[in-house]
Amino acid sequence: MGTAVSFQNVRKTFGALCAIDDISLEIGEGEFFGLLGPNGAGKTTLISCLAGLARADSGKLSVMGFDVVRDYRETRRRLGVVPQELVFDPFFTVRETLRIQSGYFGVRGNDAWIDELLENLDLSQKADVNLRSLSGGMKRRVLIAQALVHKPQVIVLDEPTAGVDVELRQILWQFIRRLNREGHTVILTTHYLEEAESLCERIAMLNHGRIVALDTTRNLLSENANRMLSMRLKNGNLLPEALRDRAVLDKGSWVFRLNTLEDIEPLLAAVRESAQVFEELQLLQTDLEDVFVRVMHTNEGSGENHPKRDPE
Amino acid sequence: MSGFRALLHKEILRFWKVGFQTVAAPVLTSLLYLLIFSSVLDTQTRINGVRYMSFMIPGLIMMSVLQNAFANSSSSLIQSKVTGSVIFVLLPPIGYVEFFAAYMTAAALRGVMVGVGVFAVTCGFSPLTFAAPGWILAFFVVGGALMGAFGIVAGIWADKFDQLAGFQNFLVMPLTMLSGVFYSIHSLPPFWQKVSHFNPVFYMIDGFRYGFFGVSDAAPELSLAVGLASLLVVATVALLMLRSGYKLRV
Repeated sequence: MGTAVSFQNVRKTFGALCAIDDISLEIGEGEFFGLLGPNGAGKTTLISCLAGLARADSGKLSVMGFDVVRDYRETRRRLGVVPQELVFDPFFTVRETLRIQSGYFGVRGNDAWIDELLENLDLSQKADVNLRSLSGGMKRRVLIAQALVHKPQVIVLDEPTAGVDVELRQILWQFIRRLNREGHTVILTTHYLEEAESLCERIAMLNHGRIVALDTTRNLLSENANRMLSMRLKNGNLLPEALRDRAVLDKGSWVFRLNTLEDIEPLLAAVRESAQVFEELQLLQTDLEDVFVRVMHTNEGSGENHPKRDPE
Repeated sequence: MSGFRALLHKEILRFWKVGFQTVAAPVLTSLLYLLIFSSVLDTQTRINGVRYMSFMIPGLIMMSVLQNAFANSSSSLIQSKVTGSVIFVLLPPIGYVEFFAAYMTAAALRGVMVGVGVFAVTCGFSPLTFAAPGWILAFFVVGGALMGAFGIVAGIWADKFDQLAGFQNFLVMPLTMLSGVFYSIHSLPPFWQKVSHFNPVFYMIDGFRYGFFGVSDAAPELSLAVGLASLLVVATVALLMLRSGYKLRV
């Protein structure tokens, strides 16, 4: 697998604010990659540097082996960016917008692909409608179509589903998954962690312009596994004394923190031995949200090691 | 080149879609100027041997070319900057020279279209001659290009609509109004004649008028040279701004 996108020691400051602080990252061809982080973590700045909307202060960025500054024509041709802001040109219809955008990339006679985009994004009915009269959700679809109009090898989606209804989210992910299967690399930033969990093979978590976690989604989930066993006992039954200080009572259920799954058996045995009966037993699994919160929390705690991060 | 072509096409389509406002309205304004000024002043006035009304027509045409060329590139840029849709032209592989050329050409084209419109509605009012049509064409092109390029500089520099309006009201408007559209600068006191010679717009209007009547305040060669030199300066500034990404790429 070749490298689709590479960031090498990228830095970008805005005045006293260090938006990106020495980020190095490689994203493979055909990957579905997630960029996660709270607001202001540097995700959009990173994407802007990649797309040429911003210039990195130092470091090297490349797309499909081409340098984004020196070979900007090559990199921009290979990059399709769906911006976070809902922007549109109020002068044109949907089809005109897509034709014009095609032209910018030197793609002529692109109507077959434009029709396919309109169809896949459920926009065919709106092809000849002016952008001004479309709803927010429809404008969002046009933005996505605009980013894909030149069939870019690398697709960057900057929070494409922020404030978008369920229907569009499903339409969008179905389509993007298909493009990913066909070999397009996808980079996604999102606030919806369940989305990243179900779509992305690999995830980088950003905070204060640095990568604070980078791994496959599966590893992130298992390494940060934080399993818990929740047990509710039959009415009148009491938890054995020996277990009391290991558990927390939460709405009538006793919750145990587990280090490994093997911790379960001794707990169950102890309850059985004291002749108590379970009413309900539940194993609580970690999701990406837990990992995210934990990683961000750990990162905040070690903030004093990186005095530059906080301009105040 | 494909980027230039597409961007030019988009810029032309943009003003053409609102043609009533971008082409028809300025033509009407010029017609009103002509009717009002000439009915008040055109008794037996002659300037450089030309009837006042005839004298005014080329001035009005060139003024329209200049103002509309400036308005086109500057308003297109400021609008797309303010609404954020400027990213649609920043993301594609369009080089800064192509970018400049497309915006300038579209602006010049709108200027010339309005100019031709003004000519069409005013030429019936007073006899016009075409002493040197080559000069007419040359000043059409240079005037439109100059103000189109200037509009790019203003559109990139301005962050808000009112900053651009300031540019338009305090710079472009006085420069065009005080350039001899409505009078010959020979009728001015010597001091103001001198000042007028520092106004590049004066040369554009004077040279353009030469193309019609074969007489002018300054030699047409000098006027064209001033126009080209001004274009060179403004274009260089615009190109440097675009190359560095000034206010467009952070």
